[in-house]
Amino acid sequence: MSAQPMPLSTAENDILTVEHVSMRFGGLLAVDDLSFSARRGEITALIGPNGAGKTTVFNCITGFYKPTMGMISLNQADGTKHLLERLPDFVITRDAKVARTFQNIRLFSGMTVLENLLVAQHNKLMLASGYTLLGLFGFRSYRDASKESIDLARHWLEKAHLIDRADDPAGDLPYGAQRRLEIARAMCTGPELLCLDEPAAGLNPRESQVLNELLMDIRNNTGTSILLIEHDMSVVMQISDHVVVLEYGKKISDGTPDHVKNDPKVIAAYLGVDDEEVAEIIGGDGEIDPDAVATKLIAEAEATDEVMPTPKKKSSAGKAAAPKAPAGKADKGGRKK
Amino acid sequence: MSNTVNSAAGGDNLVARAVREAIFAGIVALGLFFLFIGLETTQNIRNELIIRQRWGLLAIVVATVAVVRFLVVAYFRPWLAQRKATKAKAEPVVAEDGYFKRNFVRLGIAFLFLYPVIIVSMVGFQGSLKWVDNFGIQILIYVMLAWGLNIVVGLAGLLDLGYVAFYAVGAYSYALLSDYFGLSFWLLLPLAGILAAFWGIILGFPVLRLRGDYLAIVTLAFGEIIRLVLINWTEVTKGTFGISGIAKATLFGIPFDASPNGFAKMFDLPLSSAYYKIFLYYLILLLALLTAFVTIRLRRLPIGRAWEALREDEIACRSLGINTVTTKLTAFAIGAMFGGFAGSFFAVRQGFVSPESFIFLESAVILAIVVLGGMGSLIGIAIAAAVMIGSTEILRELHFLKVVFGPDFTPELYRMLIFGVAMVVVMVFKPRGFVGNRTPTAFLFEKKNISASFTKEGHG
Repeated sequence: MSAQPMPLSTAENDILTVEHVSMRFGGLLAVDDLSFSARRGEITALIGPNGAGKTTVFNCITGFYKPTMGMISLNQADGTKHLLERLPDFVITRDAKVARTFQNIRLFSGMTVLENLLVAQHNKLMLASGYTLLGLFGFRSYRDASKESIDLARHWLEKAHLIDRADDPAGDLPYGAQRRLEIARAMCTGPELLCLDEPAAGLNPRESQVLNELLMDIRNNTGTSILLIEHDMSVVMQISDHVVVLEYGKKISDGTPDHVKNDPKVIAAYLGVDDEEVAEIIGGDGEIDPDAVATKLIAEAEATDEVMPTPKKKSSAGKAAAPKAPAGKADKGGRKK
Repeated sequence: MSNTVNSAAGGDNLVARAVREAIFAGIVALGLFFLFIGLETTQNIRNELIIRQRWGLLAIVVATVAVVRFLVVAYFRPWLAQRKATKAKAEPVVAEDGYFKRNFVRLGIAFLFLYPVIIVSMVGFQGSLKWVDNFGIQILIYVMLAWGLNIVVGLAGLLDLGYVAFYAVGAYSYALLSDYFGLSFWLLLPLAGILAAFWGIILGFPVLRLRGDYLAIVTLAFGEIIRLVLINWTEVTKGTFGISGIAKATLFGIPFDASPNGFAKMFDLPLSSAYYKIFLYYLILLLALLTAFVTIRLRRLPIGRAWEALREDEIACRSLGINTVTTKLTAFAIGAMFGGFAGSFFAVRQGFVSPESFIFLESAVILAIVVLGGMGSLIGIAIAAAVMIGSTEILRELHFLKVVFGPDFTPELYRMLIFGVAMVVVMVFKPRGFVGNRTPTAFLFEKKNISASFTKEGHG
C-alpha cells in the first residue's frame, strides 16, 4: 500500500471501475460525476456523512438504480468485462458475480438459516435440476448438487459462527447474527465482488470484531474483493485497504485509510466546518496548507477524544433513537404527572 | 369495564356484575334487533304491505343474549382464567406425539382410499351415491383447487382472486374439444392443464409489476373477463345455456354405461350409476394426490424455495440473482395448471358446464379455504376444505332444523352465513389458519417447524 493518494486507473487489477457516474432524482443530484475504482483482492470502503450518496452508488453498482450518466465496469478474474449499468439487477448477481447486502437487513425471515443459504445458490441448483424437470423426477444430478449446496452452506455457516442455529428461522436470530447471515448468504452466490451496505450498523463492539474477522477471512481466503459502506470508523480503519470519501455526491478524498484520515477536506466534511472556513482551508489564496489545517482541526477534535467516530456515533445513534427519545420523555413526564 | 377477570373476587360480586352486564347486553340487543326482528313487513291477502309485530321472537332473542352474556361473565371467563393459571403453573411436558398424530397423513390417505368401500359396505351401492358424490368428490375437487391456488398464494405470496378463471378454462377446454373434435378425456386432461397454464402465463405478464391490493384487483378482473367471454361468445360456448351432454370418461377404454361392453356387463355386476361415481372419486383423489406430490417435490427444488423467498422478500431475491419474472410466471402457470386439471374433471363429472359455475364466489371460497387452512400447509388446507365444504353440504342433511324453525326453513340458504361465521371464529382463535407452522425444506441437524410469526404473507 502506498501512502500516496491513488490515481484513477484502469489497471489490470481493478475489479470495479466507476467512471463519471451521476444519478439524478428529479431536482436532486444524489451522485455527481463520481469516479473511483476498487482493486481485486482488496477491501474498499466508501464513507461519507449521512446523505452523501453512498447507498445510491451501491444501488447503481448492483443494478437497483440505473445511473443517469456514466459507466460502471466490472472485470472478472478470467478477463470477462461486464458493463453493470446496462444489466438488470438479478443478472448482475448471476453473471457479473456481484453480491450485495442491505442497510436494513433483508433476510427471508420465515425460512431457516440453512434455507436462506440454499436460496442464494438458486441459479446453480436450477441448472442442476434441469430447470426443475429433472429434479421433479428425482434425477441423480440434482441430488448431488443439492448435497454440494448444503456443504457450501455449512462451510459459510461455520465461518459466520451460525452453525448451531442452522435450523432456526432467520427472523429468530439476534441482530448481529442476522448481519453475518446476510453476508454468508451473499457469499453463497459465489461473488467476485461483495458489496456490503453498513455491515457493522447496530452491532456492539464484540459483534463488530467478529464481523471484522469474517471480512478479513473472506478477503484473505477467497478470491472475493469487498466494497463496503461503513460509518463505524473502527471497522473502516482496521480492515480497509482503500477508502473513498463522498460528500454531497462528490468524491472528496480517495486513498489509504491513513491518507484519508488526515485529509483536511474529510475532516471538514465530518466535523461540519463552516463554509467560509472550508473555503479558507481549501485555499482562499490558492495555496493549501493541509498539514497546518489538519493539525488545527485535529487539535480541536481531540478535545472530544477521537477524531472521526465521535460525530458518527452521534449521527447513527440519533437515527435509531431519535423517534424513541421524545416518546420516552413524554412517557416519563406523563407518569410523573 | 375491564376485561380481566379477577378469579379471586368474591362470588356475589361476580354474580352481581354478571347480572349488570347481562342487563346491559339485553338493552343493546333490544336496540339492535327492535327493527330487525320485532317488526316484519309482509303482504296480506290483498297484496298490501303490512307490518307484522313479532314481540315474542324479539323477547326470546333479547333474553338469549342476556343469558349468554351472564353465563360468559359469571362462569366461562373465570373458568378460562383458571385454566390459564393452571396451564401456566403446570410444567411444560414434552409429550411424545401419539401414534395417530405421527401417522396422520398416512392414515388420512388410507382412509380416503377406503372411503368408498366403507360407504358401500354400510349403505349399499345405491345409497352410496350421495356420500361419494356430494361429500367425497365435491370436497376433493375443492381440496385440489385449494392446493393449486396454494402454490400461487401460499408459496409465492401472490394474491390471486381470479383463480376460478383457470378452473373455467380447464372445464371449457374439455367440454369444447370433446364436443367439437370428440377427443377422449385422457387426452384432454393434460391438454386442459397445459391450456390453463398458458392462460396463467397470459395473466402473469401484465400483473408482474403489481403488488398486493393492485394485483388482487387485476386478477379479480381477469376472472370476470373469462366468465364474460364464456357468456358472450355464444357461437362457440353457447353462452348462458352452457354445454351439456359432455362425454364421460372411460376406464382404459371401458365405458360406464349399459352397453354390452360397459363396465357393469363386463364384470357381471348389476347396473348402477354408483360405479361411475366411485371411479370419479378415485380419479379426483389421484389428481389431488398428484397436486400434493408435485407441490411437496417443488418445495424442495430451487424453484419452490425461490417462490417462498419471493413471498418473504422480493428485493433480496433479486439481489441473489433470482429472476423474479420467470419465478412469478412459473408460480402462476403451475397453479393454473392444477386449476385446469380440476376444471376438466369438473366438466366430466357434471356432464354440463355453464358460466354460472365460475362466478367470483367460487374464487372467494377457494381462497378462503387456503387462508383458513394456513397458507402453504397442505394438511391444513385439506382439513379446511373438508370442514368448509363438508359442513355446507351437511346442512342439507339437517332435517331436524325444519322441526325447529318450521317447514319453510331451507338450511341450504344459510350456507354462506355458516361459512362466514366459521371463518370469523377460526380467524379469531387461529389467525394463521389451522396449521400455522411452516415445515422447512432442508435441515442440517433437526427438522424444526417454523412458527407462523416469522413467515410473511407476501405482498404482491
